[in-house]
Amino acid sequence: MIGLAHYLVLSGILFSIGLFGVMKRKNLLMLFFSTEILLNAVNIGFVAVGRFYGDMSGQIFAFFIIAVAASEVAVGLGLIVLWYKRTGSIDLDSLQMMKG
Amino acid sequence: MYEVIAFYTFSLLTIALFGVVVISKNALYSMSALAGGMIFIAGFFFMLEAEFLGVVQIIVYTGAVMALYAFGMMFFDTTKEVRERVHAQKVIYTLAILVAVCVVFIVSGPIVGQKMQALYPSIEGVGNIQMVGLLLFTKYLVVFELAAIMLLVAMISGILLVSDRMNLDLTLKDEDDKEREMI
Repeated sequence: MIGLAHYLVLSGILFSIGLFGVMKRKNLLMLFFSTEILLNAVNIGFVAVGRFYGDMSGQIFAFFIIAVAASEVAVGLGLIVLWYKRTGSIDLDSLQMMKG
Repeated sequence: MYEVIAFYTFSLLTIALFGVVVISKNALYSMSALAGGMIFIAGFFFMLEAEFLGVVQIIVYTGAVMALYAFGMMFFDTTKEVRERVHAQKVIYTLAILVAVCVVFIVSGPIVGQKMQALYPSIEGVGNIQMVGLLLFTKYLVVFELAAIMLLVAMISGILLVSDRMNLDLTLKDEDDKEREMI
């Protein structure tokens, strides 16, 4: 039978996949994809805990996380497009302007 | 029985697709894999009796967010492979594995330790969507309104950032033209 631990382990695995992406990728778009993976992993954890303890708050929090993710994508993608127009590159290394 | 099969199928597919997202060199493949993974995560939500959240996941993530990414990728050259400088590969792998183990312990620690009390238990005979609505419009009303304002701000900033005439003041433009004509 599938219990809470299964879902939490799955959530941890997905979270670490996302963390690996954040650490490994240098492309800003890929960094955003990894952030989406992180948010989704946390969502699964919230909903699973809420389900197995009979609490609705988990779903409500997951709902707000989805709202935050949507607005993050809107603002972040606008900034990336602006940066690409200005420098012609979305590589993370091109952002090191303040490097002394 | 079916739950077990569904859980393992969905989790294998999700992990594989998200692995493709993280590893793939082509941005287009990554985006498609991410969209697929989001759909399978909606499957988890349906299994956890959170039907409303599953539908929202499909509509918002695979509908809106992925469409936004696809739209944004029209600005970039996506056909060529993403070239990245690689350094300190071993450090990254070690850190990722260590963090994975830590996260599993952190998440499962309090569950094993003590019993938790439900703050807002779901009422018998009330459906999932009804319950979400009940909580959203009573206990979490202020947060809900703030989320609405946040989405509005995000929409306006998204439009302003991508539009070309960002540095011009749109309301003053007619008067400027008139002044120029007079001169």
